[in-house]
Amino acid sequence: MSSRIPHIASNTFREAVRDRVLYNLIAFAVLMCGASILVGQISIGIERLVVINLGLTAVSLFGVVIAIFIGIGLVSKEIEKRTLYTVLSRPVQRWEFIVGKFLGLAGTLVVNTFFMAIGVFLALLYVSHRVQAADGWVLVALYFIVLQFLIITALALFFSSFSSPLLSAVFAFSLFVIGSFAEDLRGFAAMAQGVAHWFATGAAYLVPNFSSLNVIGSVAHGQGVAGALIFSETAYAIVYAAMALCGAVLIFERRNLK
Amino acid sequence: MKPSRQVTMVATTLLMVCMLTSVWLLRQVDRMRGAATLQEVLYISSPAALKRLSLGYNGLLADIYWTRAVQYFGSKHFAGAQHYDLLAPLLEITTALDPRLTVAYEFGANFLAPPPPNGAGMPERAIQLTEFGIRNNPAEWRLYYDLGFIYYTELKDYSHAADAFARGSQVPNAHPFLRVMAAQMAQHGGELRMAQMMWSTTYQSTEDRNVRANAATHLRALQVEQDVSNLESLVADYRAKTGRLPASFTDLQSAGLLREIPVDPFGHTYKLTADGRVEVRTPDDFPFLTKGTPPGYVAPPPRFLPSD
Amino acid sequence: MTAIEIRGLTKTYQVGFWRKRPKCALRPLHLNVEEGEIFGFLGPNGAGKTTTLKLLMGLVYPTAGSARILGCEINDPLMKAQIGFLPEQPYFYDYLTATELLEYYAQLSGIATKDRKPRVSEVLGRVGLPDAGGTQLRKFSKGMLQRVGIAQAILHNPRLLFFDEPMSGLDPIGRREVRDLMEELKQAGKTVFFSTHILSDAEALCDRVAIIHQGELRGVGAVADLTSSVESKVEVVWLGNSVAASLKTLAPQCHVTGDTVRAVVPEASQDALVDALRRERLHIVSVTPLRTSLEEYYVQKLKPSEAAAGVRS
Repeated sequence: MSSRIPHIASNTFREAVRDRVLYNLIAFAVLMCGASILVGQISIGIERLVVINLGLTAVSLFGVVIAIFIGIGLVSKEIEKRTLYTVLSRPVQRWEFIVGKFLGLAGTLVVNTFFMAIGVFLALLYVSHRVQAADGWVLVALYFIVLQFLIITALALFFSSFSSPLLSAVFAFSLFVIGSFAEDLRGFAAMAQGVAHWFATGAAYLVPNFSSLNVIGSVAHGQGVAGALIFSETAYAIVYAAMALCGAVLIFERRNLK
Repeated sequence: MKPSRQVTMVATTLLMVCMLTSVWLLRQVDRMRGAATLQEVLYISSPAALKRLSLGYNGLLADIYWTRAVQYFGSKHFAGAQHYDLLAPLLEITTALDPRLTVAYEFGANFLAPPPPNGAGMPERAIQLTEFGIRNNPAEWRLYYDLGFIYYTELKDYSHAADAFARGSQVPNAHPFLRVMAAQMAQHGGELRMAQMMWSTTYQSTEDRNVRANAATHLRALQVEQDVSNLESLVADYRAKTGRLPASFTDLQSAGLLREIPVDPFGHTYKLTADGRVEVRTPDDFPFLTKGTPPGYVAPPPRFLPSD
Repeated sequence: MTAIEIRGLTKTYQVGFWRKRPKCALRPLHLNVEEGEIFGFLGPNGAGKTTTLKLLMGLVYPTAGSARILGCEINDPLMKAQIGFLPEQPYFYDYLTATELLEYYAQLSGIATKDRKPRVSEVLGRVGLPDAGGTQLRKFSKGMLQRVGIAQAILHNPRLLFFDEPMSGLDPIGRREVRDLMEELKQAGKTVFFSTHILSDAEALCDRVAIIHQGELRGVGAVADLTSSVESKVEVVWLGNSVAASLKTLAPQCHVTGDTVRAVVPEASQDALVDALRRERLHIVSVTPLRTSLEEYYVQKLKPSEAAAGVRS
């Protein structure tokens, strides 16, 4: 077991790279360059604000799209193309396969985010002409975005283990949107009464809490993030991703492969 | 040749544990974020910009901001806050996104106008908000009522209140009291009876639970004030008749001035003090009291009582 | 020891969306395969051969019954390290090169790092693809993919091999090479279990065969025993350009080519026919006993099923 999971993970990473996923970085770079230059021309006093908001939102959205598009096929494609047969006839357990796939895609997203982060900081440097202390918080915002990726990847993988790519994409994307309003959903639930109240509260706590992982707004205004919050959010992301992966393992373990 | 039992057990247990832990962590995070949430909410405080950003889903976004406004006010009110700075922007954004959301204007009239800790203490802004509502919903009688309500309760501006009620009474299907109140406002504006009529109308016509609870609280306070005034005038009558103060309500009964021992809206009897004043036994249950409280009494932060 | 022990393995699928109807892919199967033999699993398409293999590989769970491979449970990792599997019409990660793919499989099979590269090139040479290691799999032809499939199956030198239609997609030379490979594996003491619908291959290679049709086992045994159970025939060739009526009764199936007549008759009628020909003064060219082919046995075993085919499974 000790080395099989990393091998599956690195093979998944290799697949993503050869699938020309990393080309999205070119689009991102173009976007960042364009934005910084434009903002530099229209000196409106909020250059930093715009660059951080735009840059981090782009990192987040690009990443979520990649996570969903690759994630939904991670298992279903292998079953469809029957490439899984020769893998599972080896001493590889089904759960190892799931975990390996997750780590591979998560790794791809981390690498992708790393390059994008460089782009954002370069743009920031261009408009600010110097490095500021507040830039450190941008790193925290990026870290939170990576935590979001962990959750969405695990969810896409979960859906991929039993559903077709199209349906998986719909479910994953819906959960992303709903999760972005998770705090409001809890508010709605608090205002409901009777059976609806319990039902809504349950749903509100089960839905991934993307709203609290989105600190782009506060970081753009130069506000910091409490250390305790960073710690709790990290724990939450890990625990939630683990939960989705357990679901994926339970389903995949039982599946009759076609 | 079944799915591995070991894997199933471990995965199921881990799933349960993770689920419970994630809920617990969420509560921690909520507690930590608290105020930060709403400040973030208002980073885009220009309603016009928000409207564009919502990609046409104005209605949904309005509903979300409405929920946030109610949550904001509710949690702060519960904690007895003295500042409600974000209520006005929240309501303004809500109504900018969906000008037909009449509950938002009603909420503003009832909770934006009154002074803290019961409201944000911004009657002018409440008026602006309601006027905006009227411009966008000229056939909604309730908005004219809300406008008149603000003028009456917070600004004590009876002539503007009468104007608003008069305009409103001309709207088809308007509540019949609007006409009555328009007529009587000028002369009897300051009277208890007027206030009772106002709050009753609010209580009957609103669909918002918070507004109704608030109206009921006011009505109870008015009832107590009326009872206290009546009882104190009976005490004065007794004194005029017998030359001394009554020891208890039974004295008033035997003097033929009182038929039954009076009780407050919660069913407790009133207290007759040695110096002839009437007091309510549990003043904490009656926020907004101006009469019938013991001397030197300081009201605690008001809470909405649940039973309405 | 018994390499494969199958005890009542059954698989029923639920077909349909609203009202699920059961479709029986495999009726209770009882079968044993001994170590060191080449075992052929024969049957027409859709007979249940691939289903059986998928059940043995743990890719699909049985509705009933059990099986043991090399004395271990299915899905036992220790057992899996000793088996190799070639699926039907294999498909591999087409973004990898052949070498990368085999190295990945070597990693998953637990081959030590230092042994991987040499083993991969050795195996590629063995299947006839010594120079194709650096080519991406998406550029491989069907036959080349089949060879890669065999390569990944023998990569970790397993004791027991499972091949699903190993000859498919191969030209005659390729088939000969695979046959030779399977013989070599047997010489090396390995066990081979393969499914096919090509009888000549089975006849040439197998020690024992099993015939399966519509999910049911129709017959199992050593090739020689099975073919001998079928009536043996004799081929008689004589000169002539037509067949006299008297001869037709003895030899109902005659084939006239140019000036020779060829007839296949049961061994029992051989002497009667020869006497008849000599009476007619016809020149007998040859009398050859025909080795009954497996095909006879096969077709026989399949026949009764057609009568029972009216019954819905």
